[in-house]
Amino acid sequence: MNALLDRVGGVYALPVILAILAFAAIGSTSTWVTLTAAGLAMGMMIFLMASGLSLIFGLMDVLNFGHSAFVSFGAFIAASVLAALGAWLAADSVLLNIAALMAAIAAATAFGALAGWGFERVIVKPVYKDHLRQILITMGALIVAEQLLLAIWGGTPIAVARPAFLTGSIIIGDVAIEAYRIFALLLGLVVYVGMYLALNRTRIGLLIRAGVENREMVESLGFRIDRLFIGVFMAGSALAAMGGAMWAGYQSLITPALGQELMIIVFIVVIIGGLGSIQGSLLGAILVGLMTNYVAFLFPKLALASNMLLMMAVLLWRPYGLKPAVKG
Amino acid sequence: MSGAILRLDDVHTDIGQYHILHGISLNVPEGGVHVLLGRNGAGKTTTLRTVMGLWRARKGAIVFRHHDITAMPTPDIARLGIAYVPENMGIFGGLTVEENMRLASTTGRFDDERLGRIFALFPAIEKFWTSQASGLSGGQKQMLAIARAIVERRELILIDEPTKGLAPAIIRAMIGAFREIATETTILLVEQNFLFARSLGRGVAVIDDGRIVHHGDMAALASDEALQTRLLSLSLAEHQ
Ligand SMILES: Nc1ncnc2c1ncn2[C@@H]1O[C@H](COP(=O)(O)OP(=O)(O)O)[C@@H](O)[C@H]1O
Ligand SMILES: [Mg+2]
Repeated sequence: MNALLDRVGGVYALPVILAILAFAAIGSTSTWVTLTAAGLAMGMMIFLMASGLSLIFGLMDVLNFGHSAFVSFGAFIAASVLAALGAWLAADSVLLNIAALMAAIAAATAFGALAGWGFERVIVKPVYKDHLRQILITMGALIVAEQLLLAIWGGTPIAVARPAFLTGSIIIGDVAIEAYRIFALLLGLVVYVGMYLALNRTRIGLLIRAGVENREMVESLGFRIDRLFIGVFMAGSALAAMGGAMWAGYQSLITPALGQELMIIVFIVVIIGGLGSIQGSLLGAILVGLMTNYVAFLFPKLALASNMLLMMAVLLWRPYGLKPAVKG
Repeated sequence: MSGAILRLDDVHTDIGQYHILHGISLNVPEGGVHVLLGRNGAGKTTTLRTVMGLWRARKGAIVFRHHDITAMPTPDIARLGIAYVPENMGIFGGLTVEENMRLASTTGRFDDERLGRIFALFPAIEKFWTSQASGLSGGQKQMLAIARAIVERRELILIDEPTKGLAPAIIRAMIGAFREIATETTILLVEQNFLFARSLGRGVAVIDDGRIVHHGDMAALASDEALQTRLLSLSLAEHQ
């Protein structure tokens, strides 16, 4: 089976295989295209949330169960900014629409980076190298963050305004694809390419990749991993908040439970993909996004269970995930 | 003591709840190869890791030139000019040979003349320059690990059992390389292979059970068979 898979592109062929199987099961081309687009868009948003978590673990072995707080705050901050800029959103000018959307995403992302810095210094730094205390203290921080969320935005669902130019669908023949999904897909791709270039074409990226493999050796070569880690933690938190902001616009109705619900999926993605690798995160996120949407259509009751099954199947086959970072 | 580039003074190191080093005192004079011999589990690796700050001395002092490095963070110790070639070589398998070498350069750039000399010492480095390091053989990895330590001139190189598991031909090639490296830098070499150690070492210390049990000139040890038998049966019994 491995040899056969390698001939068609290795683990990267898995989403394609999944899509082909789904096509056979669904039967209708237009439905399949819609579901596939939805799956890819969802996958890209989950990728934003998962990639940071994966790198944070890969570089410092830090288990951050508070990661979902950044997703939730990102979503709610974006919703507030969009609400405040309602006039721009409704305007006929696509330029104003885009400006409002960018402002919301930028606010969420900037918050994620700043809060990530504080979180790393205050919560995570004292418990490097101690998994049990990491789990306890980051879960504690998550509870505090969720209470803050309730105190600031209340417990009732909040409607998220969507910019006018992204409300409709793009129709090609008898296939309809929501414009927002295409936007999410494109933004996710841009972030992925940016991350890929940063990791593979810069010296900081080289240090991060080396640090994920063997932290001690990077320090023995004279580099301060702890300083590098603050940067990675901030970037990972910022990406989580960006993912939350995108998700808010996608859902159009958000509740404070959103972070927790997404976190289960995010952990599944990180485990499927393999810790410490952004290629793995992307692959896992796309698989989970597609799986969720296909199964929700074919067997609505099995949507979450299908992802758990997918994770178990992957772990039985590849215990370290599909594309784990090399560990030294 | 004058002339020592590295001095350990009554160093005690614990790993977890275990007391591993029981007061190591050691002088490494400037220049040449100095060997730390000792049987498996004697505390050689722990000594090198303590110098690098990867384990922390609970008691005692480690002085490099005039810097007290006992409590210094590992990266700062490295920046003083100490390179470390660990027992497992510490190669980044997911990176290319070039990227491994580039990381060891503080500026990220290479000195062409120096690189040329490294290629002459270790032709495999040039041959596999753009290959992923995980694909190298054991001997090639060891060469990369040593090449990485000399990308720039260092004051002191700590090398942990470089001949472990290597074929005799590769070991012979390595002796030449070490001789050349030792002309510009001081090497503290941990070994169990006495023949290899003897052909290179100026000074020698023997460690057992976390204590230094002998130190002196390699020439003296090499010519004193009674001493060899006593120390080496102690230090190398499990290997010969
Ligand atoms: N990570 C560790 N945890 C517990 N004990 C260790 C660890 N590393 C080494 N030791 C113990 O410390 C002693 C010295 O080990 P080491 O310095 O690796 O010896 P050598 O390098 O001379 O073979 C051994 O008894 C070994 O079992
Ligand atoms: Mg050892």
